[in-house]
Amino acid sequence: MAQLGIKIHDLEFKNPVTVASGTFGFGEEMAQFVDLNKLGGIFVKGLTLKNREGNDYPRMAETASGMLNAVGLQNKGIDYFTHHIYPNIKDYNTHIIANVNGGTVEEYVELTEKLNELDRVTAIELNISCPNVKAGGMLFGTSCPSAIAVTDAVRKVYDKTLIVKLSPNVTDIAEMARAVEGAGADSISLINTLVGMAIDAEKRKPILSTVTGGLSGPAIKPVALRMVWQCYKSVKIPIFGIGGIMNATDAIEFILAGSSAIQVGTANFIDPTISEKIILGIDEYLNRHKIASVSELIGALEVH
Amino acid sequence: MGHFFMSRTNKIIEDHKVIEVLNPSPGNYFLTLQSPVEIPAILPGNFAEIKVPDAPDVFLRRPFSILDVDYKNRLIRFYVKVIGKGTKKLGELNVGDQVSMIYPLGNSYTLPQPGHKALIVGGGSGIAPFILLGKALIKNSNEVTFLIGGRSKQDVLLINELSSYGAVLITTEDGSLGERGLVTEHSVFRPDKFKFDKIYTCGPDPMMKAVGDLATAAGIDCEASLENMMACGFGICLCCITPTQEGNKRVCWDGPVFNVNYLKWHS
Repeated sequence: MAQLGIKIHDLEFKNPVTVASGTFGFGEEMAQFVDLNKLGGIFVKGLTLKNREGNDYPRMAETASGMLNAVGLQNKGIDYFTHHIYPNIKDYNTHIIANVNGGTVEEYVELTEKLNELDRVTAIELNISCPNVKAGGMLFGTSCPSAIAVTDAVRKVYDKTLIVKLSPNVTDIAEMARAVEGAGADSISLINTLVGMAIDAEKRKPILSTVTGGLSGPAIKPVALRMVWQCYKSVKIPIFGIGGIMNATDAIEFILAGSSAIQVGTANFIDPTISEKIILGIDEYLNRHKIASVSELIGALEVH
Repeated sequence: MGHFFMSRTNKIIEDHKVIEVLNPSPGNYFLTLQSPVEIPAILPGNFAEIKVPDAPDVFLRRPFSILDVDYKNRLIRFYVKVIGKGTKKLGELNVGDQVSMIYPLGNSYTLPQPGHKALIVGGGSGIAPFILLGKALIKNSNEVTFLIGGRSKQDVLLINELSSYGAVLITTEDGSLGERGLVTEHSVFRPDKFKFDKIYTCGPDPMMKAVGDLATAAGIDCEASLENMMACGFGICLCCITPTQEGNKRVCWDGPVFNVNYLKWHS
């Protein structure tokens, strides 16, 4: 067995395989399929201060090698999470990482302060890249000054590990990565979904109720790999690679491009046990290549 | 609100072998598959998520109501109505092919008191849960009447099988079988005949809403099984939501069966 442990800021992860926010519920729903204790970490479903009903149906469109979603951060709010969900998941032996969303900087800060009270939430992922909400979300993650403002404000009230989730819907991802690193992020995760749309030609109407939505799945993997690689060359903080990871080979590719850890997202919808299989597959790869530790592979891409 | 029994344990994620593919009329298929392991208890309304094999352009699994189960021989049966590329490919399966499936998913129809009379109304692919429902009702000592609608007589399937559990009434839009018109126009809904204790429905949303309205107007409890687009089928993607009295609920997790009075339907 190879060494699968990795470090993100001051947190030890037993392996680099985590699951992406919005693709794994709060963990509870998936416990019937996966031994949650085996995962490196769980990025739970995006949280907001107050209950959000999300967008109208239809919220999903299947596309070539992927899907569009327009869920719009449906969740019952932080207080419900604290009292009804957190007690059920806090004792799993894995990192519970909260995905933090807000319409204003003040909302991000207030939500972060509430999460700071929960001992077993060992890190937060600042979501400044959700494309499916009208206020906040991606608006914060597509301009450097606002990304800096929200990261800086949250940093001031949060001492634990702060991960910032970047949007790919920008001209220069490395510039965004440097901006949030400068504002105090301990880590970045990328990529969130790419804004896209799907059309029903027969009805001459958009398929999603919101017209546009976020594209995920293998369709976005090449873009995600490129962006992880660009960020790896631009910042010193560790990276969670995300984008169409369907198997262990995909995960290895992201690690080679510069990810310290990865998030499995849309693949959970098709095979809810895939995260465990990816852990085994990474181990198999390391053994086959006689590599003692996965950390040796981080950014080990041989460009020339 | 009705209390729905959740079948949350003993999920199967396995490749199943295709045992039989029947094609009773154009665009309609009945698939029988064999599980490599014992099949857990399946309740009427439960569904499976099927991965369409050898179809790179079909990315997500597809949800199908479970039509029937033979626990002894580990067989599970589905009705597949061709509506898109995924269902088309499933109709092209051959005996011996392997198909990955996850089940049982979702909640189930609730049963009325023994002795009560039930009317089961459906059309199109909505007939899929009715065999298991009919069996469960008969076992519960209920009197069962089916009302099945279709465009034409070749769209009205499973009549022989359903008739072993109760009377089968039929409507077709072209009048080629049973009464002419939509299911909701059938004479069984006339006040002198519409005497049931429980109504069950599955089919297109407008049909279910109309059946629900007729049931509610007559003071009869009614449950509908919804068929929204799903990405996962097991409660995590939040794509298949339907508006209810308590906000947006997941059809795959809180449903697919809902009491009609709980639903707000999509506008």
